[in-house]
Amino acid sequence: MSTTTNGTSTVPPETERIRHILVSRQDTPQRPGAVSASLTYGWRALLKIKHVPEQLFDVTIFPIMMTVMMTYVFGGSIGAAVSGQEAGGDAVDAYVQWLIPGIFAQTLVMITMYTGLTLNRDISKGVFDRFRSLPVWRPAQLVGALLGDQVRYTLAGVIILVVGFIMGFRPAGGLPGVLAAFLMLLVFSFCLSWVWTTVALLMRTEQAAMGVSMFIMMPLTFVSNIFAPTESMPGPVRAFAEANPVSTLVGCIRQFMDGVYDVGSITAVLIYCAVLVVIFGPISMFVYNRTS
Amino acid sequence: MTPSSDDLAVETRGLVKRFGETTAVDGVDLTIRRGGIYGVLGPNGAGKTTVIRMLATLLRLDGGQAHVLGHDVRSEPAAVRGKIALTGQFASLDEDLTGLENLVLLGRLQGFAARAARRRGQELLEAFNLGDAAGRQVKKYSGGMRRRLDIAGSLVVTPELIFLDEPTTGIDPRSRNQVWDIIRTLVDSGTTVVLTTQYLEEADQLADRLAVIDHGRVIAEGTPGQLKAQVGAGALNLRVVEAEDRERAAEILAAALSADVVREADPTALTARLDAGARASTALTALEEAGVEVETFSVGQPSLDEVFMALTGKKPETDGDAAGDEQEVADGGEHRGAAHDADHRGDHGTDGRAADDEAEAKTR
Repeated sequence: MSTTTNGTSTVPPETERIRHILVSRQDTPQRPGAVSASLTYGWRALLKIKHVPEQLFDVTIFPIMMTVMMTYVFGGSIGAAVSGQEAGGDAVDAYVQWLIPGIFAQTLVMITMYTGLTLNRDISKGVFDRFRSLPVWRPAQLVGALLGDQVRYTLAGVIILVVGFIMGFRPAGGLPGVLAAFLMLLVFSFCLSWVWTTVALLMRTEQAAMGVSMFIMMPLTFVSNIFAPTESMPGPVRAFAEANPVSTLVGCIRQFMDGVYDVGSITAVLIYCAVLVVIFGPISMFVYNRTS
Repeated sequence: MTPSSDDLAVETRGLVKRFGETTAVDGVDLTIRRGGIYGVLGPNGAGKTTVIRMLATLLRLDGGQAHVLGHDVRSEPAAVRGKIALTGQFASLDEDLTGLENLVLLGRLQGFAARAARRRGQELLEAFNLGDAAGRQVKKYSGGMRRRLDIAGSLVVTPELIFLDEPTTGIDPRSRNQVWDIIRTLVDSGTTVVLTTQYLEEADQLADRLAVIDHGRVIAEGTPGQLKAQVGAGALNLRVVEAEDRERAAEILAAALSADVVREADPTALTARLDAGARASTALTALEEAGVEVETFSVGQPSLDEVFMALTGKKPETDGDAAGDEQEVADGGEHRGAAHDADHRGDHGTDGRAADDEAEAKTR
């Protein structure tokens, strides 16, 4: 590039203003704590929802689709088996009572996958370089993203329950049961999300992350007690379904919805939650710190 | 490490970074004093970005040592992060958020309470002439506006050392001059600036000292003046009005500049290399005295290619290959490269509009 020199540079007022704000900046604030930093990153996630509301498609339309589709496609036949009634309308009604808690859990569990995909996309952007060069507790970026996602999960959960209610779902446990189920599900989703952050950080592209996530997600949600009782499944499949944490979760949620609060199943779900975080949290952070 | 390390902003010894088979940085030694502007000059793929990212604690070292402001980047990364700021090659901003939200986010992450962060953000936007664009999403900013916001983001808390990775790549000349003014102001206020650039002119305009990097190695270091003395001051390009005068003009130039004169394909054009100290004006006067009518006359700085030719004796790699290298070097993997590539195209796409947007922003 050979250009002629143009040495005409006047001092703009901007320069003075910049000088001023630099000099006036004497007292550097205290570094934020882990909680404050995580909440700030959570706030960023909410701002992104505000500016790009299209990203809520997966937590609005998808849950409606799942609930309506699964209930009316399988309801007639599986409902008959579950309730012992004749196949058809009554069986669908009975199936709704049984299926909605399952769909509620399944949909939220599936949505957690998008957390990882968003992260994978996000990390390739320049802004992550800046975040990583700040003197901030590093896991805050991941924790904050997961906290922001709680809003998405809540939205999806409310939609499913409303659609379920319209379709005739009347939980015996009433509002307290529904709220308890909701809370448990949010806790589980937060913990499960660490699996997807690990996958997202290990995979080079969003497509690869998607592929691997689906590979884990399909058996996790379908080989479970969500759609059909595990008793009807052949040996090995049944063993898998009964060992599946999602089955434990759904069992617990059905109990809550029925107004049953069983310490044993609550503890079992919380243990699964703890195990997920203890294994995948540190792996995520380790990979995250090494990612260039 | 060394007794004088207190005066040093950056000190590296034998810095090495490998990405798979490629050695992106191959034993870089740098000694950068506090204060002033230090330029790292090199073509695409030379390893500039990789060096900066290692110094900013974003990449692990595969070999050698690096101290930034007296702290070891390996053992005290948190201390380093507390004193530096990084403005990346591709805007380090969240494009979905507004300008103000970006600054508030960075303010809060550095410990400002919500209201203080907001006040600081507004203060910075005003100072950087972005007040009118505070509520606009960054993806709608022009290239020059982005770059200014990006730098503002590095100044939420005034850093002791700021890394600017190709701060003017892909922006229009007017915005470039603004960025230069900002950088000079920073230095006047006591911040040390380390910037990378592909442009010799930029290094010459800004840097007090510079290192020239090629293939992951420092091939020259010194003040711009010292480097130019090695390379020559540039080239004189001239076109005479009448083609038949060219031969005479060539002889006059050769005598006045004591340099080789190249006869270009255009029958009226001549190019002569200028050595440091050669006075182009002498040549022009001589031509005028001889009655040769000159149509155009310009003095060009030596191009980066010429610098590399002079320093290494060979041409730098072709653009295509080098660009491919840079992506790998900068990102450590092809996948990230692809994403950045898209960003980069976006940057260029906005170039044409940039000047208009600027003008628009001003008039509002």
